[in-house]
Amino acid sequence: MKNKQKVLSSVNSEFTTTQWMVLKDKIGRAWYRFRRNSISITGGSMVLLVILLAILAPYVTPYPQHAGAFTDFLNAFQTPSKSHWFGTDEIGRDLFTRVIFGYRISLMLAVIVLGISVPLGVILGLTAGYFGGRIETIIMRTTDVFLALPPLVMALAICAAFTPTIERAMLAIASIWWTWHCRLVHGITRSIKTEEFVQASWVIGDSHFRIIFKDILPNCMSAIIVKTTLDVGFVILIGAGLSFLGLGTQPPKSDLGTMISYGAQYLPTKWWTTVFPSFAILFLILGFNLLGDGLRDMLDVETEGI
Amino acid sequence: MKFSQFLIRRLLYSILVLLGLSILIFIIARILPGDPARLALGPFASKEQVEHLRHNMGMDKSLPLQYWNYIRGLFHGDLGLSFQTRRNVALDITHYLPATVELITMAILWVFVIGVPLGVLSARYKDGWLDNTSRVIAFVGVSVPPFVVGLIGQLVFSYVLGILPTTGRLALLTPNPPTITGLLLLDSLIAGNFDTFGDALKHILLPSFAVAMTGIGQITRITRSSMIDVSSKDYIEAARAFGIPNRYVTFKYMLKPSFIAPMTILGLSFASQLGNAFLVETVFAWPGIAKYGIRAILRKDFNAIMGVVLIIGLAFVMVNFIVDVLAGYIDPRIRIQEETIEE
Repeated sequence: MKNKQKVLSSVNSEFTTTQWMVLKDKIGRAWYRFRRNSISITGGSMVLLVILLAILAPYVTPYPQHAGAFTDFLNAFQTPSKSHWFGTDEIGRDLFTRVIFGYRISLMLAVIVLGISVPLGVILGLTAGYFGGRIETIIMRTTDVFLALPPLVMALAICAAFTPTIERAMLAIASIWWTWHCRLVHGITRSIKTEEFVQASWVIGDSHFRIIFKDILPNCMSAIIVKTTLDVGFVILIGAGLSFLGLGTQPPKSDLGTMISYGAQYLPTKWWTTVFPSFAILFLILGFNLLGDGLRDMLDVETEGI
Repeated sequence: MKFSQFLIRRLLYSILVLLGLSILIFIIARILPGDPARLALGPFASKEQVEHLRHNMGMDKSLPLQYWNYIRGLFHGDLGLSFQTRRNVALDITHYLPATVELITMAILWVFVIGVPLGVLSARYKDGWLDNTSRVIAFVGVSVPPFVVGLIGQLVFSYVLGILPTTGRLALLTPNPPTITGLLLLDSLIAGNFDTFGDALKHILLPSFAVAMTGIGQITRITRSSMIDVSSKDYIEAARAFGIPNRYVTFKYMLKPSFIAPMTILGLSFASQLGNAFLVETVFAWPGIAKYGIRAILRKDFNAIMGVVLIIGLAFVMVNFIVDVLAGYIDPRIRIQEETIEE
């Protein structure tokens, strides 16, 4: 009895070692492809830099107290200089500090929106693709209705029903964003469902739950990862648009979109109030898009549908 | 599948989507906000006033009945009264729509004039400096918020160089052409008024470019990748082997089949342009439907919001319908694919 157990456990551990080696090999290859691709390296470094800056914002910025409601009218509209790299805004707050704190809000927006909408979309897509029939019709036709409007317009319409706050803007974007993932996963599930290894699990008598999460989901993962990375840029773009129109983040919080819309009022002479936040947001979104494109090459995901 | 069958199926599908959209809009504008009448009148209105407005708007009836009345109104071209202009929303929309149509048409022109050639050239000189430059342009195009393009454009071309106007559709002293289509460029040409045409063109260049930026990026990349796909096909090799000049192969044999992908993406690009218009019209004080919509949203003018969202949904569904049908007409494989998917 004891012996038998020993044999079993050794078989088990052997199995995990090989599995581990396969995984290590896979990661190694992927990392090699990632390193070779200058686009993904550039994008990855840009994203990493922004994330680090955002996390360490209170320590790396020269005037952390300027992130919220703070006034120093004596120093209003300072041109960019050594003490204020990006200049100051209409009430004397350091723009560099506010840009870095603005990154915090943008990243948080993306994390929360995608944290809600990606799992939701994936589960609905898996359900629709796997079970088919009436469930599929209901889910996919609902998706079509949501996709019948440009995302920004849909988010605007939902925001319109409430008093604008950043949390509601996040909810509004999340409530439309699941549709893209639903559609993507639905397509993949439909084609994988007919593969032999899925049929085999079915014949063995695996539960639907197990087939969906052990057989089908892993095969959707790389597409979901790539799509999510590319989504970060789009979501931030839409969030910035909402804030720019006054329907997202409300002052005095530092948000890049709000900063640009305030800066634009003083445009020709006080150019730095618009230009620096603009380039900051471009830098952030560009980073995520480059990274997503690099990941797509690396994970070998088909371009169609993403 | 026969083409007529395909056409009918697509049409039914579009109608279904529009119906769903109308329900969604109804939920957003009538149910989510709680009491639109109270929101419209503000916190200081008396209870009787609110009740009166609720009655006038038909909001004291049951929800299904309200929805039915809303749909019936749509078919009569009645979108309800706008609180801010005190006019029928449908009338407002016909007043503001042409400016946006002009803006987006011009943007689509930009997309095709810049995006397609750039895609062709970067496929032709793959991995060369031109390809890399166009790749950077495409990435920046999809990454930059349209209002940033607008603002930076204003800064450079209007304030620093002083060659383009900042806002509006026409200069203050330029006479308006007689309204025929509502599109200033077209109307001024019909009237033979070239000064007005030039002025209108100057005004539309920057905003339409800002709207087009996303689309230019998308189309460039897609044209490039489908050209590269096609270039490895046997018949292209054969054409090259026959000694047909390279330029001829590129434009005659490769561009045509690779045009289907950019065309289907046109629907997507149209969506991004409609979305972008909402941001760009604000920057340039462009008197279009997006600006009207934003104002309605900020002032909680629910009938106007419903009208604008519906008209945009209608435009979007229509464009997608046309694009799908065209793609199915050009490439019969799409029709067959659809058949197998439905099974």
